[in-house]
Amino acid sequence: MDIIGFLQQPIPFLVWTSIVKTLFVLFGAILPLVSLSVFAERKVSAFIQDRLGPNRVGAPATLVGFKKDYSLWGLGQMVADPIKLLLKENFIPNSVNKFYYYIAPKLTMIPPLLVLAVIPFGSSFLVGPDGKPVPMVIANIDIGVLYVFAVSSLGVYGIVLAGWASNSKYPFLGGIRSSSQMISYELALGLSVVPVFLICGTLNLSQIIDWQIVNGWLICPVPFVGGLHLEAWRFALIPLMVISFIVFLVSMFAETNRTPFDLPEAEQELVAGYHTEYSSMGFALFFLGEYAAMIAGSGVIVTLFFGGWSLPFIPDGSSHWLFGLESHVWTWLPGAFWGFVNINVFFAKVSLFIFFFIWVRWTVPRFRYDQLMKLGWIYFFEIALANIFLTALVLVYLKK
Amino acid sequence: MALVLQRPKLSLAEKFYLPAVIGGLMLTIKHFFKSVGGKTETMQYPEQKWDDKLPEWYRGAPTLVTDEWGRERCVSCQLCEFICPPRAITITPEEIPNADPWAKVEKRPKEFEIDMIRCIYCGLCEEVCPEQAIFLRKDYAITGYSRAEMKHDKAKLYELGGVMPGVINKWNEKK
Repeated sequence: MDIIGFLQQPIPFLVWTSIVKTLFVLFGAILPLVSLSVFAERKVSAFIQDRLGPNRVGAPATLVGFKKDYSLWGLGQMVADPIKLLLKENFIPNSVNKFYYYIAPKLTMIPPLLVLAVIPFGSSFLVGPDGKPVPMVIANIDIGVLYVFAVSSLGVYGIVLAGWASNSKYPFLGGIRSSSQMISYELALGLSVVPVFLICGTLNLSQIIDWQIVNGWLICPVPFVGGLHLEAWRFALIPLMVISFIVFLVSMFAETNRTPFDLPEAEQELVAGYHTEYSSMGFALFFLGEYAAMIAGSGVIVTLFFGGWSLPFIPDGSSHWLFGLESHVWTWLPGAFWGFVNINVFFAKVSLFIFFFIWVRWTVPRFRYDQLMKLGWIYFFEIALANIFLTALVLVYLKK
Repeated sequence: MALVLQRPKLSLAEKFYLPAVIGGLMLTIKHFFKSVGGKTETMQYPEQKWDDKLPEWYRGAPTLVTDEWGRERCVSCQLCEFICPPRAITITPEEIPNADPWAKVEKRPKEFEIDMIRCIYCGLCEEVCPEQAIFLRKDYAITGYSRAEMKHDKAKLYELGGVMPGVINKWNEKK
């Protein structure tokens, strides 16, 4: 059997497209994005503090015979930082519990990467042998959002284990803070998105996006494509969804351990918190995990509230229209083009949210952890709960 | 009278945090765009330098100086060696031979070494010198590839110091 024919059978087709998508997400999108957001973190923080930030490391063009080097606004730092971390000595203190010490960074890094498996990062690309376009999501599962919450909250185990296994007081305090933080925001995080499912009637992230394409983004569910839909229930939902979004966003900051809720790290109080005793790749994995969590969190926010890969007036990958012309000859061409645009739209939205994460980090001071618990238990939990009932009332009485 | 401090009554907006957070975000984004537009406080060091803005009393590297007649002003009294807090200075004295026109000064340094790894730029050597022979000049970027290179010997110190005219020349009257 020839290889092309084999690859076009349904099951091998599913397997190899999934592998290609996984490799693309992991090496084509997440690792460069992590690297880029570390660079952006340094650059944006510098700009906010009226500094320049890294601006020297660029293309060493003199090595290949050019007259001068190009600094490229310091973009070379993106490559230089990981290389530096890879080449550093991996120092392991004597007193640590070796097994948990080794396993903790991996436990921090894996959950955010697993979350990315269910987030649709594009509409579709090309057409499969069965005539259906290939959806740009690694695992299109019906329990999408439940899976996201189940997996992403595992990330805290890495931090707690790192704090405990390091056998040192500052990491230990970081681990304790992390667990106190988790029990205070997880409830609000989960409850704040229940209105989304009430409205969409599904947990599948792809279907949530399909709903948003028809009915407008959930942050403001009034569509302006395909006729005016000015029913009262849509406008009644706007304030409720804004509240839901704010609660979810703030909980997401706590989930990803970003300022103002970076209590486990708290460099001014706890040296470096849970990763004080880590060096080289152990530290790099924590770093990667933190930024991958930020990207995954941004991806979830974008998918739930901002229409995912969709943009009004931009068709999806099943479209046959290209620059106003219907293509009959190469039917795959317009689909691939718009699929490419959709992927870029998704990552553009995610990048905006990463910028927002960084922007907030350099603006808002850290909460004390009793303040965080008060915020989570006394305010956000109640607000999210009330929001569910209000949304349900709107849907029952205003939406026919 | 006991001073009673009133706890501030927070308004509803203040209790919600969010208006204050948004205000803060607006402030930082203003700085962000200002910096993107090119107005930062950073001076890009090797290209831009402070050199022409250094004050008169700037304490850079300690150096030895000669007077207008080319005489090395140091008489090897070793006061600077003794006062130097990090003990960076090592002097080997030498008698000036009788044939020398400045023979009446009697002593001069045979070797004069300042270990620039140790030097803390405190300026006590300049302050203590009775002959006004050692001065802290404005060189601040003292670097080298080895420890030996960082040890300034006599030739290097005179090269850095050069001529310092217009200070007391008490030896001229006894020429």
